[in-house]
Amino acid sequence: MNPDLPENQPEPEIPNGAAAAAILSAGVGCLCVSLFGLLGDAFPTLSHLFNFYKPTGPLSGVTTTAIIIWLILWAVLSRSWKGRSLSMGRINIIAFLLLGVGLLLSFPPFGDLLQGK
Amino acid sequence: MQMSYREIITALHGIGFGGLFLLAFSGALIGIFRVCTIDTSSSPSVCERKFLRIYFITMVVFAWGTVLSGAYLVYPWYRARPPQGITDYTEYPQRSLLSSPTTAGWHNVGMEWKEHVAWFAPIAITMVAYVFIKYGSDLSRHRQVRKAAFAFTVVAFIAAGIAGTFGALINKKAPVQGGTVIKLMEETK
Repeated sequence: MNPDLPENQPEPEIPNGAAAAAILSAGVGCLCVSLFGLLGDAFPTLSHLFNFYKPTGPLSGVTTTAIIIWLILWAVLSRSWKGRSLSMGRINIIAFLLLGVGLLLSFPPFGDLLQGK
Repeated sequence: MQMSYREIITALHGIGFGGLFLLAFSGALIGIFRVCTIDTSSSPSVCERKFLRIYFITMVVFAWGTVLSGAYLVYPWYRARPPQGITDYTEYPQRSLLSSPTTAGWHNVGMEWKEHVAWFAPIAITMVAYVFIKYGSDLSRHRQVRKAAFAFTVVAFIAAGIAGTFGALINKKAPVQGGTVIKLMEETK
């Protein structure tokens, strides 16, 4: 029985596990972009490590690393949650929190505030 | 009428990919709403669903096209370091903005924000397209999944809006210029 389903609605044909994996990993992916950007800005050594493609600079490593983590996490969660029905309410709250924190961290004045600039 | 190679690529990034991606949002939201409706009389037909799938895939292509062309084609021209001794920053937009305290904020806030938040859009819209294609009409039975898909679509729109607005304003303050000049049309008297 799907806990998120109203009483008068028929059971879904596809369990929500695949969607939960996609939603949660997207939240993590968005947070990673901002977090790595902030860390690269705060620590010159990391910024140097993120410099995958010189003309683009650290942005190339920040985004590539975030995308790799997002895709790996998506694949792992998809496999683990395949055919399962999860409590989507909790997954959504976590994904929205990750997304919200990611948005906040991406705003440069907030990042500068955290770094004490 | 002529444009430089860099101006053409910048226009392709901002207007070609980014502009079309932003324009496609209203259609995407209506598409999600229609598929999610339980009322069978107004839910889309098989043909319409197929069209919506192609629509979402196209949005994903536009979103990735925007960030990849931005990061790997336009951004290197924007952040290029001028050779020693150069004082004319026309072809060095980042330097041009940072050279004055009245324009430095366009880089320190605008570009710094844009270059990161823009990536939220392709990540979010890829997830939404996947969920939409995978679940199809069954999405109407997944209220929480629908909620998340809608919220991520809105965030993708906001992220693309921030990136697009700052991109346009920064390019107005310090345009990306240079490269081979391409004649688009012969001048007539």
